[in-house]
Amino acid sequence: MITIKNLHASVEGKEILRGINLEVKAGEVHAIMGPNGSGKSTLSNVLAGREDYEVTAGEVIFNGKNLLELSPEDRAREGLFLAFQYPVEIPGVSNINFLKTALNEIRAYHGKNEITAKDFLALVKEKQKLVELDGKLANRSVNEGFSGGEKKRNEIFQMAMLEPTLSILDETDSGLDIDALKIVANGVNTLKNKNNAYIVITHYQRLLDYIVPDFVHILYNGKIVQSGGKELALELEAKGYDEIKKQF
Amino acid sequence: MILEKTQTHQRVIEQISVLNAKVDFMNDTALSNALTYLEEKGIPNNKNEEYKYCNIDSILKTDFKNIQQQFNTVSTINNLRLNDCLTLVVVNGNFSEKLSDKLVLKGVKLFSFNSLENSGKQLLTAAAKSNSDSFIALNTAFSGIGFHLKILKNEQTQIPIQILYINSASAESFVNPRNIIELEENSSATIIEHYINIGTHKVFTNFVSEKYLAQNSNLKSYTLQNETSLGYGVYTNQVKVNKHANYQNTTVTLSGRLVRNNHQVILSEDNCEASLFGLFKTSNNQLVDNHTLIDHQKPNCQSNELYKGIIGDKSTGVFNGKIFVRKDAQKTNAYQSSKNVLLSDEGCINTKPQLEIFADDVKCSHGTSTGKIDENALFYLNARGLGKESAKKLLLSAFANEVIDKIEVDSLKEIIESQII
Ligand SMILES: Nc1ncnc2c1ncn2[C@@H]1O[C@H](COP(=O)(O)OP(=O)(O)O)[C@@H](O)[C@H]1O
Ligand SMILES: [Mg+2]
Repeated sequence: MITIKNLHASVEGKEILRGINLEVKAGEVHAIMGPNGSGKSTLSNVLAGREDYEVTAGEVIFNGKNLLELSPEDRAREGLFLAFQYPVEIPGVSNINFLKTALNEIRAYHGKNEITAKDFLALVKEKQKLVELDGKLANRSVNEGFSGGEKKRNEIFQMAMLEPTLSILDETDSGLDIDALKIVANGVNTLKNKNNAYIVITHYQRLLDYIVPDFVHILYNGKIVQSGGKELALELEAKGYDEIKKQF
Repeated sequence: MILEKTQTHQRVIEQISVLNAKVDFMNDTALSNALTYLEEKGIPNNKNEEYKYCNIDSILKTDFKNIQQQFNTVSTINNLRLNDCLTLVVVNGNFSEKLSDKLVLKGVKLFSFNSLENSGKQLLTAAAKSNSDSFIALNTAFSGIGFHLKILKNEQTQIPIQILYINSASAESFVNPRNIIELEENSSATIIEHYINIGTHKVFTNFVSEKYLAQNSNLKSYTLQNETSLGYGVYTNQVKVNKHANYQNTTVTLSGRLVRNNHQVILSEDNCEASLFGLFKTSNNQLVDNHTLIDHQKPNCQSNELYKGIIGDKSTGVFNGKIFVRKDAQKTNAYQSSKNVLLSDEGCINTKPQLEIFADDVKCSHGTSTGKIDENALFYLNARGLGKESAKKLLLSAFANEVIDKIEVDSLKEIIESQII
């Protein structure tokens, strides 16, 4: 699905990603863990196409295409989705209207015609239920006045609506209480199938009890320093990040 | 302040008096005051603080060298009519009974300036004093044949009235449309003043409206300016609001090479209210200059202002909002806000709130903000699959909607929604 080779990226002349290698296949769940500041969000943003970051070396192949050459919107249309660590508030832009536009632009990109109002409403209803998002929230301005947890749930709602092939969840669990965490995890587990894949970025092992990863990677100082199965997360939880910091 | 006087006014007067007959509906004192004032002050240039960004003297010198007062005949207005309104038509400054709908509304009366009642004659120049401002003076001296629209006591007019100002210059021209809108006690009305230009040459509109709101009356007024890049104008509204009356105006500027709005509202008795909202989008080398004045003269009045600008290319936007709170005007509540989005590096916005408060028990606040399109929001939308253009459009619509949502006439709202972004 996605192959990242020797990816280097910097911001304001400072190198943040220093040669990332990662391959994610359809049907897989990969967890990326690592201390604050190690470059997890940078990696997510570079993959999503944020222009603040300069890719200085490496390549990323996404479903056969050179991802780094695509605009952010085309990456989304090709099936990439980033659930932001800090979703932005957009006053005056209705959550639902914007999702409808997004969905239709993605459909148009694939040569499909616009979704009917009826089908769209049915879809909204179904996906709202999946993430137990209050109907009122869905109709409000994008994230405006949402609590931290509501914002995260709205990200997963949008993911459910757009049905991407690769979803990157950037610390979706932070700021969620255990009930909300279970809801989000349940949403992901329901949507998960053999044709899509997930990169779950998290600080804590807690989320991985509910979204069970096939692989766990430790990102430190802009590099993946260790990879393993789901037991690596437990190991890390027991040892703490200090051990990693000492080691690398 | 001593202003450097220029001779522009004399040349303009000479060129526009060719066509205009003597305006015999104006009283002689007002007329002679007007001419004296003009002779004394001339046309303001950028040395005048109020016209710092809007040098009309220089514009008249460069863009209106040869005013010829020639116009194409306007024979139909069908596609300009708002379908849920009654329409009155003013062509090149003069009221056209022929093109206007018959005003069949109960409780509404209309008098052409040629057949003004005594009360109308008295209102003419009562709020717009001919010795207070050069453009009012010029309009007074060369006023087109306007009308006095009167909403009678206790009448709640249900159908909005669209006043369509059409310009059709076939050579450089200068027009002076004028009206009086009067709401008698306990009456209410909605009016839309809609300016358009179908001419082939430059036209300068020097508009003056006097609006009188008697006790307990309620006027919802809308201004839609769409005079194209051949349109220049100074639009003066002098509004007098009486006890418990409520004046609301929303001014939307869609086009115009130069648009200067002078909107002055006097809250002359207690417990009255005024709201002024504005939205403009500029491009190329346009200049849109909104000057407002709200004069709180008596206690317990409220005013609320929100002006929003979207400034592109090399255009310039100005918002200058004065609020006076007189000594008597205790318990005044005045709120003012100006928000702007700059779409280019060469665009420019000048905002200046001016609060002059002489009472002590008042609540006044003002705020101004100017920024670019929020890049984070843009990226968020792009990352969801929205293209650059539609994401930008969505964000600008959201910005504009705060003003557009105030519009309660559907047909008008639709025009604006479809043209603003
Ligand atoms: N836009 C930016 N401008 C400057 N520095 C940045 C920017 N984004 C990230 N950084 C820096 O890059 C490093 C990695 O940040 P980030 O990717 O957010 O880490 P993580 O998500 O793993 O906590 C940090 O040192 C951070 O300060
Ligand atoms: Mg992060």
